[in-house]
Amino acid sequence: MKSILRLIICLMLLWFTKANCQSEMVLIKGGTYTPLYGRDSLQVTISDFQMDVYPVTNEAFLEFIKKNPKWQRSKIKKIFADANYLINWKSDIELNKNQSLKAPITNISWFVANDYCECQGKRLPTIDEWEYVAMANKTLADARTLESYNKYILGWYEKPKTFNNNIGSTFKNYWGVYDLHGLVWEWTSDFNSVLVSGESRKDVDNDSNLFCGSAAIGATDLMNYAAFMRYAIRGSVKAKYGLKNLGFRCVKDIIE
Amino acid sequence: MKVTQKQMMMPFALLIAMLILLFTACVDNEKKEYADTADIPVSKEMIAELTSPPNVPTPVGRRKAKKLIVNMEILEQEGTMTDGTTYNYWTFGGSVPGSFIRTRVGDEVEFTLSNHPDNKLPHNIDLHAVTGPGGGATSSFVAPGHEKKFNFKTLNPGLYVYHCATAPVGMHIANGMYGLILVEPEGGLPPVDKEYYVMQGDFYTKGENGDPGLQAFDMQKAVDEDADYVVFNGKVGSLTGDNAITASVGETVRLYVGNGGPNLVSSFHVIGEIFDKVMVEGGDFINENVQTTLVPAGGAAIVEFRVDVPGTFILVDHSIFRAFNKGALGMLKVEGEENKKVYSGVVQEGIYHPEGGGIQEMPDDGKAKTPVATSEKTLAEKMESGKQIYMKTCFACHQAEGQGIPNAFPPLANSDYLNADVRRSIEIVVKGKTGEITVNGEKYNSVMTRQAISNSEVADVLTYVYNSWGNNKTNVTKAQVDAVKNGH
Repeated sequence: MKSILRLIICLMLLWFTKANCQSEMVLIKGGTYTPLYGRDSLQVTISDFQMDVYPVTNEAFLEFIKKNPKWQRSKIKKIFADANYLINWKSDIELNKNQSLKAPITNISWFVANDYCECQGKRLPTIDEWEYVAMANKTLADARTLESYNKYILGWYEKPKTFNNNIGSTFKNYWGVYDLHGLVWEWTSDFNSVLVSGESRKDVDNDSNLFCGSAAIGATDLMNYAAFMRYAIRGSVKAKYGLKNLGFRCVKDIIE
Repeated sequence: MKVTQKQMMMPFALLIAMLILLFTACVDNEKKEYADTADIPVSKEMIAELTSPPNVPTPVGRRKAKKLIVNMEILEQEGTMTDGTTYNYWTFGGSVPGSFIRTRVGDEVEFTLSNHPDNKLPHNIDLHAVTGPGGGATSSFVAPGHEKKFNFKTLNPGLYVYHCATAPVGMHIANGMYGLILVEPEGGLPPVDKEYYVMQGDFYTKGENGDPGLQAFDMQKAVDEDADYVVFNGKVGSLTGDNAITASVGETVRLYVGNGGPNLVSSFHVIGEIFDKVMVEGGDFINENVQTTLVPAGGAAIVEFRVDVPGTFILVDHSIFRAFNKGALGMLKVEGEENKKVYSGVVQEGIYHPEGGGIQEMPDDGKAKTPVATSEKTLAEKMESGKQIYMKTCFACHQAEGQGIPNAFPPLANSDYLNADVRRSIEIVVKGKTGEITVNGEKYNSVMTRQAISNSEVADVLTYVYNSWGNNKTNVTKAQVDAVKNGH
């Protein structure tokens, strides 16, 4: 009897530690949709997958980096990060006092974000997956045509210093995912596959990649603008860049 | 002996030969004209002086073409649009318009664009002075916390606009991302006494013009080209009152006028001046004696004029509602001696009777003319007539609700200045007022002309003003006006 009790306690402990390590995820039911600027300017089909409810926090990243010294600021290889890498941290394994543990981790490169997810048995979302989940508002899976949805996103562009807000401080969307809009930009696995050359007028003329047919051109301007900014920021970065307003979260395939 | 002499002559001859060479080389350099400006050689490096409006950097003068280092920082920051209203500006160098860049033809510019780490968005720069794809935009696309460097050679002299060309282009420009780059010809532009940098832009805010607080950008209004603010140098009042640009009588003033848009074309005019010279659209063509010059969105013009008389000259977009209702108003204050030959001021005033009888002079002293005594009107009658006169005569400057126009025309609503002294108010209406006054804590330095309306009309309109918008309900009588006019 005693040993059974011990076993149960042991199991519970195990389960708790596992729950602590693994950030909370929700199921995203797949579907077909037309991205605003897809690679094929056609419909995209997304399979079911799981997504982190919140972006990765300073706290979680701190734990990760203690266990993986090769990603520490003083040890990271120069090809994997630029000079902005964790620039505001006090030391290799210490945050600055004005940085909140519950705020999203930023100033990290794509390489480290990618490895973080892999270490957890997860991966970075693709642009298509990220955009698919991000087109939801609180109640609709696709709220892209709503003025209020676009206004919220555009409004964030004008709010300074949101990178130091805690996770969960924006809204919970249709899928139960927080902070896709209004906190920080997020890395995607294939962030540079849609090329915004920086000369957006040229993009409009020649690069059919950037306009998915007449649907996008005919869409409301607000819709274009809110999303175009995301594609612009993705187009402006390289994998080793660290940005104050760029964090990440992970996703996981569903194994049947 | 012979040998020694020869030896001594040698260095001497060499020296002379070198001197000749040096001299001819010098002459050569000065006279050399290049068929293609791309062939102009550069010597030495120089860090470009950048200035915020309304100032411009030192003229290039006779300097040779150089490698010119330009370092420009992009800042997204909150600033004042008008009193009580702020806006999130995106700027080149922390000002709207961005820093003025001054180059000469043949310069090789090494341009570094830095995007501040706190910024949210990627940006770039398209300089209209650049010959090359995107005007530099493709090479300068830069993420926050990073910088990009590119080089270009200035091939064509002129005044050019630069702006951000990152998607969405319209929004980046509407938030203030534009400025001017001047490419002076060989030897520089002819020297003048004063040079200033003025750039117009239109702004689109969620709230209406004058709504307080931080106002967000309104995309729909921008698409509809329905501007809430049309201003010079990024905000209402950037060139009025204490911020006015100045000159002295006899000086020649040159204005580098740009228009960032994003939408509206400017009909640039200086009230009370005629442009002696306009470098049309910032190019080589010079037009003379111009009243109003068109400055296209994404374009520029250089205007020059000699100021001959003192006074305040108002810079406007002569699409005139923009000037008086949306902020496109600036001031040039000229000090110095009056020149009565050029401008006399009022010499004489009279009453005009079209039916004949010639011009009658206004009686100099009140006794000469005994006005027919009419019984004083009731307050209601005065209010009705006063309102009509107000809408005809006063409305344009003091506005429908007496709110005035910040930094230009003082308010009449809840006005401490008005309520303090009725006699003074009457005097201002009948005699006009020039110079600085303080109304409700704000300084105004402007001109109100004397109003050509009868004494009873003055009484009516002032009664209307005193009995509206929270003023002290004084009933102004015609007798009071008579007394002021006759100097009692």
